[in-house]
Amino acid sequence: MRSFVFPEFEIIRDEERCGSCRGCERQCALGTHAYDPVADRLVSDDRKCAGCQRCVIFCPQKAIVVRPSPSFYRPNASWSREKIEDLKRQAETGGVLLTGCGSDKPFRIYWDHILLNASQVTNPSIDPLREPMELRTFLGRKPEMLEISREGKEVEIKTELYPNLTVETPILFSAMSFGAISYNAFKSLATAACRSGTYFNTGEGGLPREMRGEFGRCAIVQVASGRFGIDAEYLNVAQAVEIKVGQGAKPGIGGHLPGEKVSAAVAETRMIPQGTDAISPAPHHDIYSIEDLSTLITALKEATNYEKPISVKIAAVHNFAAIASGIVRAGADIIAIDGLRGGTGAAPKAIRDNVGIPTELAISSLDRRLREEGIRNRSSIIAAGGFRSSSDVIKAIALGADAVYIGSAALIAMGCTLCQKCYTGNCNWGICTQNPRLSGRLNVEIASQRLSNLISAWSHEIREMLGGMGINALESLRGNRDHLRGVGLYEWELDVLGIKGAGE
Amino acid sequence: MDRKRRSRRELYTKEICACSIFGAMNREGDRFTGEGVMKAIASMRVRGNGLGGGFAAYGIYPDHRDLYAFHLMFTGPTDPARRAAKQELEAFLARKFDVYFDEEIPTDDSVFVRDPPLLWRYFVLPRKEGEDAEMTEEEYIVREIMAVNSKIENAYVFSSGKNMGCFKGVAYPEEIGEYFMLDRLYRGHTWTVHGRFPTNTQAWWGGAHPFGLLDTTVVHNGEVSSYGTNRWYLEMYGYACTLQTDTEVIAYAADLLMRRQKLPIEIVAKILAPPIWAAIDRMDEKEKRLMTALRMTYGPLLMNGPFAVIIGETGRMIGLTDRIRLRPLTAATRGEIFYISSEEASIRLISPHLDRVWTPRGGEPVIAEMKGYEKGSEESYEKGSEKSYERIC
Amino acid sequence: MMTKAAVSKVRPGSAPKAGSSAGAVAVSIDASGLETRELNDRLRELLLSGAKRVEISHVCGQRYIGTRLYTPERHLMEIDIRGTAGNDLAAFLSGHKITVEGNAQDGVGNTMDSGEVVVRGRAGDVLGFSMRGGEIYVRDGCGYRAALHMKDCEGKRPVLVVGGGAQDFLGEYMAGGVVIILDRDGESHESSFMGTGMHGGVIYLRGTARVDQVGAQVEISPADEADRELIEEYVSRYLDRFPEVDMTKDEIMASPFVRLTPRSKRPYSGLYAY
Repeated sequence: MRSFVFPEFEIIRDEERCGSCRGCERQCALGTHAYDPVADRLVSDDRKCAGCQRCVIFCPQKAIVVRPSPSFYRPNASWSREKIEDLKRQAETGGVLLTGCGSDKPFRIYWDHILLNASQVTNPSIDPLREPMELRTFLGRKPEMLEISREGKEVEIKTELYPNLTVETPILFSAMSFGAISYNAFKSLATAACRSGTYFNTGEGGLPREMRGEFGRCAIVQVASGRFGIDAEYLNVAQAVEIKVGQGAKPGIGGHLPGEKVSAAVAETRMIPQGTDAISPAPHHDIYSIEDLSTLITALKEATNYEKPISVKIAAVHNFAAIASGIVRAGADIIAIDGLRGGTGAAPKAIRDNVGIPTELAISSLDRRLREEGIRNRSSIIAAGGFRSSSDVIKAIALGADAVYIGSAALIAMGCTLCQKCYTGNCNWGICTQNPRLSGRLNVEIASQRLSNLISAWSHEIREMLGGMGINALESLRGNRDHLRGVGLYEWELDVLGIKGAGE
Repeated sequence: MDRKRRSRRELYTKEICACSIFGAMNREGDRFTGEGVMKAIASMRVRGNGLGGGFAAYGIYPDHRDLYAFHLMFTGPTDPARRAAKQELEAFLARKFDVYFDEEIPTDDSVFVRDPPLLWRYFVLPRKEGEDAEMTEEEYIVREIMAVNSKIENAYVFSSGKNMGCFKGVAYPEEIGEYFMLDRLYRGHTWTVHGRFPTNTQAWWGGAHPFGLLDTTVVHNGEVSSYGTNRWYLEMYGYACTLQTDTEVIAYAADLLMRRQKLPIEIVAKILAPPIWAAIDRMDEKEKRLMTALRMTYGPLLMNGPFAVIIGETGRMIGLTDRIRLRPLTAATRGEIFYISSEEASIRLISPHLDRVWTPRGGEPVIAEMKGYEKGSEESYEKGSEKSYERIC
Repeated sequence: MMTKAAVSKVRPGSAPKAGSSAGAVAVSIDASGLETRELNDRLRELLLSGAKRVEISHVCGQRYIGTRLYTPERHLMEIDIRGTAGNDLAAFLSGHKITVEGNAQDGVGNTMDSGEVVVRGRAGDVLGFSMRGGEIYVRDGCGYRAALHMKDCEGKRPVLVVGGGAQDFLGEYMAGGVVIILDRDGESHESSFMGTGMHGGVIYLRGTARVDQVGAQVEISPADEADRELIEEYVSRYLDRFPEVDMTKDEIMASPFVRLTPRSKRPYSGLYAY
């Protein structure tokens, strides 16, 4: 069937500059560029272009420009080009629209409406380059109180402490599975996490056996509805186990890794046959209710001899704060809350762009709910979904998060351009693919260095901002909304965020 | 929190909870104390979290069997507020009912429970006057209970049947049992019980299960994801959903369908948990017509989402799960005793040697009936008239 | 049964040397009144002290039996349970052998990795959920959603044999492994939604199955000779474990069997528009 959809991008080649080296042809796994031997020139098929900019960056002559195609339909505020084209695609295929990455829709980004405080006169700001500035964070349940016994000079803690994760900076890598991303991308995250004193999260693709010894010490392993790659060793080499209930990009639905991405190595790690669809059902079929979640949490604590904190990740949805409170009561040591703009390797567009609530509001209402119920100590909050910079992170902490997960930001650090075609398995940047020719493009040493650089740069910026507020330990900012003010927000939004308007 | 006011935004304050449920009936009508069911529910403690527990006991008030037993909860923040609510309630009762006897519900105050409300019971008969004389007793009582629960601040009727009573509160169910001394003061022929796991702490005493209207009670495990739909439908029939929990709608649906509309339980089960259309399409014409009509008519009463419930009535106990059985339910018999529970082990704990144990299919009710059961003839099968409870003076 | 016991101090490193005490002699635990966690503490202590066989009496609802028995050194033991085992029996089980003299509840063999579970009675819902290795034998029937998302991989193929019937959603999302339902009382013939979303593995059902009882992704075909050989092998093992069953192998094998297999390893590949 002939497609009635415009090409999304327009490729402009400067024929003067182009040396016909065919580099662009090799770079593009989507087959956008082809060499025409008769004319001795490269021709491009706009229709195949995903706009990932790989060819642009790698063209030695800087001869290529890729930009959104300027074609338009009659302007119509209701029927945007996107709506018309999505509809056409569905008419042509009868399929569910699939997409990748976090939602690109213009929902309000509250980070950009929140301003941070700084000290002036009454409280000295602190210079992080010369004064101590502490970001170390503990994730997990804290006791209600410590019982101390003292005999002479011997002081001992009598209270049993709960297992906690220690992070040197409040930034962790979000769950991205080997399978969804390439082995090299996965290993880069693991390498950077270990180097930067933080953790990576396996997602539900398992942890390759040869990585367990070296990277278990900075791994959070996931148990999700598909239960892929799980054995007792997997659970026990990690530092924490996360039960994935939901994901911000696709609350309420499962996922499936298409068979073509299930390579031999992915199959071995997931412990399934090569080439089958790896289906993650929408719910965990052993969790149909809160007491079932409690059962799984306890089963995982049993399976790890009560030595690991158990995290539960849910998507931020309308009534999630009450649900999260139940999750804490069910025994979760950490709650990971993933908001509306959270990323994904593949999600139905209708779900990604229409289900959930923004991360910022979610953090605030969850923190408030747990405090009001007097159970905030029982669980740490890791917020996820759309963190773009260190200032987003620090605002999240002030709204009540203990730490954040970054996913898209980490991928961008490795080269991702958010072209949203992750689900095709043809990622030219070698990130979201199992094609060895493509994944080989990602050098683990370099990519992990880029990731470590990002963590270190953001951590430094966080120290600067903290110092400006006259705070030298991150825990003094946690839930400290007094250091935040809103601009351009409605009253109800300020209420939910629990912050004052600027100047108030 | 103002529970009486409905927001125009239709934001229901609904507590989500999950739980353990248990029921036991002596089908011969012999009565027994609450000790066994307390032990059974205690064994499922991990299914709850101490924020709610409750019991429905049938056959406990033989000396007042002809009177409606109203159990009231006065929940104000301070004692004077509770007393004020009680005064207001009693003024209301005086206008609408003949109160034959009333007393504080005896409790064992050595059992620690958080923020207990003032608990009182009234044995009453309706006094229908004027236009109301035409109404049935039951219609009248339901209307007046709805009025109390939605209009009198801090007063809640949580039990209203004859010769039966609900006992509930915020604690583990076995603690609630001890608090009300169910193992010492009461003997019933049917007991249902609930251990609750709500997802927050603003759990209040009225939110615990069972929920009941007249002698129909419901204990429930699961979450009704169709709550908003079920609720508006029931509100059209005069049911005020004031108790902030989805279980309430099941109790009212049972009342509407079984008592008011007199539908048999087998049909009611098909309304609450109907077969899927693919299965209906395979049925013979007559059955297909019936099922189609039920779904068309009662679509808003489909209880969607996971649930397992035990519905108690005088002389009958019904276990039902959602149509794809997302919550567990095990039934068992031993001689004349019929058990229904979330877990088999809890039954085995009090009755190790069972005649039969089975898991009912999703959407199909298991029904325990007392010998000679016929709706409306409670006394016929009830044995013994020994004093069932003692007043604590 | 919310346990208030302190965190177990039992760690692999602190184990007494294996073989020092128990050896092959069965050790007994009376589970009466024991909380789940206390019981599993004892089991782990016994494992680490080298016990090879443990008998647990008066089990009544204690959960996760067998779950906390993974050690990097792969100590193994056999556990005999008398009573009614609680939910998640043998969840994440790693190589141990567990026999239940009685019924089991929901979640038997949840995400089980290896080992064997024998239930001399019935099992509840979600039996063998996401099981990826080892064998489970249930003498009588089981509840909803047995073998849900069971899967296999190179060198590992889980097997589930149920003597009675299975209720609805048997083998939902099944991705591998072998399920044999002997259906001694014909209950499975009432069940629906068998194999919905199935994309791997095989279910053998004694008797027949109608098309409207299975998911759209499932092919029903009569068991062939090779299938019957496999079934017969597991029927023998089943009868070895349950000599009390009043049927012989020949009687069981005299019935026809049907085989339920997925039509595709990629059941949902045509679902999307790109």
